[in-house]
Amino acid sequence: MKWLHKDLLDVSQLSRAEVMAIFETAGRFQELQQRPVKKVPTLKGRSVILFFAEPSTRTKTSFDVAGKRLSADTFSLAKSSSSLTKGETLKDTALTLQAMAPDAIVLRHWCSGAARFLARRVECSVINAGDGRHAHPTQALLDSFTLHQEWGELAGKTILILGDIAHSRVARSNVLLLNMLGARVRLCAPRTLLPPQVRSWPATVYSDLSEAVRGVDAVMCLRLQLERQQDGLLPDLREYARTYGLGPRHVELARPEVKILHPGPMNRGVEISSGLADCADSLILDQVASGVVVRMALLFLYMTRKGE
Amino acid sequence: MARIDLIVRRAKLDGRDVDVFVSRGRIVEVAPSAKTLEPGDATVEEAFGLMLLPSMTDAHVHLREPGFEYKEDIESGLRAAAWGGFANIMCMANTRPVNDEGSVTELMLEKARRAWPKGPRLFPIGALTKGLGGEELAPMAELAQAGCVAFSNDGVPVRSTELFRRAMEYASDWDRVVIDHCEDPYLGVGAGVNEGAVSSRLGLPAQPDVAEALQVARDILLAEYLGLPIHLAHISCRKSVELIRFAKGRGVRVTAETAPHYLILTEEYLEAEATEYDTNAKVNPPLRTPDDQQALFDGLADGTIDILATDHAPHAAHEKETEFDVAPCGITGLDTALSVTWGLVAAGRLSRQTFLRAWTTGPCAIFGLPVNTFTPGDPADFFLFDPDEAWTVGPDTLHSKGKNTPLCGAVLKGRVKTHFIQGKKIV
Repeated sequence: MKWLHKDLLDVSQLSRAEVMAIFETAGRFQELQQRPVKKVPTLKGRSVILFFAEPSTRTKTSFDVAGKRLSADTFSLAKSSSSLTKGETLKDTALTLQAMAPDAIVLRHWCSGAARFLARRVECSVINAGDGRHAHPTQALLDSFTLHQEWGELAGKTILILGDIAHSRVARSNVLLLNMLGARVRLCAPRTLLPPQVRSWPATVYSDLSEAVRGVDAVMCLRLQLERQQDGLLPDLREYARTYGLGPRHVELARPEVKILHPGPMNRGVEISSGLADCADSLILDQVASGVVVRMALLFLYMTRKGE
Repeated sequence: MARIDLIVRRAKLDGRDVDVFVSRGRIVEVAPSAKTLEPGDATVEEAFGLMLLPSMTDAHVHLREPGFEYKEDIESGLRAAAWGGFANIMCMANTRPVNDEGSVTELMLEKARRAWPKGPRLFPIGALTKGLGGEELAPMAELAQAGCVAFSNDGVPVRSTELFRRAMEYASDWDRVVIDHCEDPYLGVGAGVNEGAVSSRLGLPAQPDVAEALQVARDILLAEYLGLPIHLAHISCRKSVELIRFAKGRGVRVTAETAPHYLILTEEYLEAEATEYDTNAKVNPPLRTPDDQQALFDGLADGTIDILATDHAPHAAHEKETEFDVAPCGITGLDTALSVTWGLVAAGRLSRQTFLRAWTTGPCAIFGLPVNTFTPGDPADFFLFDPDEAWTVGPDTLHSKGKNTPLCGAVLKGRVKTHFIQGKKIV
């Protein structure tokens, strides 16, 4: 498949065929992970700037590993070490980065729309590694890829996304992508953590976890930002854990061998019980492994696209 | 008969060809166009069939001087007003220093007189509370004596209902109307996007329409209780329109405005691929839904919404060329208001009568400003307008320093060709 997109801002830009092409490419890179020397010269001489204006461990490392395994030169820039802390605007940062002529910029930023802002101002590819509450397309792709590896096909499966939907870019991108792949999506959270007019989303919305989890094939837990209590959105963490934390009693209501996912980092004992996080049906570490190959696929497709 | 010093020949007024006779800054007569005319000493302005419209009044602008002259200054703001068809503009107090002392008001008026001695006329609005801080009443007597025509904390709504009540009472002693920026102090303050399906998909912090409507309800109840007038700024949603309609039905002395951008744009603009997250459309209150927009049209048509005002809010390019969360709220509006709203008249969405009420007689009646209805004795404030001239909105065609408009690049129809204020040509 000829890759025509310049940027990856959200999964809504992709067709189902393109998603499948990403999965297929990622699948081929999986074999590489088993080799003693996990490196190919595919992107040798190409450069990727990893600009993480918001803290991140796994996404940034995942992109870094992905880039290096394809022999790209990766350069990391964090907010703390960038001129953003000196009051530089994102526009000037973009122009500065552009002047260094990278082949791609991977951006994590706390503002929704920041990736779109950057993409309009630089010539190289921009890959959105999470912008505010808006989108996290690579996380959604790796989540679906993980399930795709497990099941072969997502069509007809029912997947519950549980937790702070309102503030979650992961949930937003996953709702779009899972629907595109034919899965049925359920959402469950207290009303205070659901976005306004969430009922217009292509998902069924629940406030009762026992009801929401009944018969599902997979549960994606979301990280609870602990400051939501201070924001007045929750009474306290104990009540949240008792009411919306995923535990063994919920799993019994789901389908046998229900898969458990979490984008990390986890608050064990809050949104997920520690035992479930480590159980045989947990795909949490598979997600991390998938993350590397999906991001390798994305870097490969975007950096060797038509016109390159 | 007074000596005629200006004759405007062959202008199109409400479909009729007329000659306008002016003496010492006032309308003397509007007569059917004569084939021949003996002008005597009078200056003759040949209109060549251009449309004649009375000058407009904008009751809500931000001129940024003193303090933020890089965004706009009084000279440039009045230039935009002159070319935009406005004879009177009222400027808000959120300058630096805030217009909460007579000396600031006097400075503004002096700057206006020096920059544009023949007009447009500037009418400052004084702060309701010192420094717009919402803690202490501003010296409204001093401000009124210095020339403030109304009072408002626009931009920083007063949190305390008790203080707001006292401010309304105190302002009434000086026969001045209070203009309120209706925004609940806790619900999504200054978010810049409407809370709903679009904000949910974009993942932006948002403000619900009830944030506005709650304060509208509070203000209406206070106005009724106190028996005092209140003017509600930049109304944006159906709930507010319905509350105001109800209040007017009860005889409450409430008046209201909306701005042209709420009539031509909705929240959907921020979600379209080409304009997604366009900070030029970040305004407070935010762009609402198509249903809210329809309510504003209905409110204008039946008089629930009394007037139009631009809420002209110029910002420098670098301030808007940033992440949506970070960008300041506001759209530059003095240059485009006439073309945009006349376009709505041409499209049949606003009646000509509503247009004239909303931009001329309405605001002048609320704030006691001079108005031209082409009746003998009225100030000779009018402009010649080519409704068919197309122009492209852009940095070179806007007279304001503020180029921050989502209309940038759009082709609008209708241009002011000549503008007279008190019989003197200003552009």
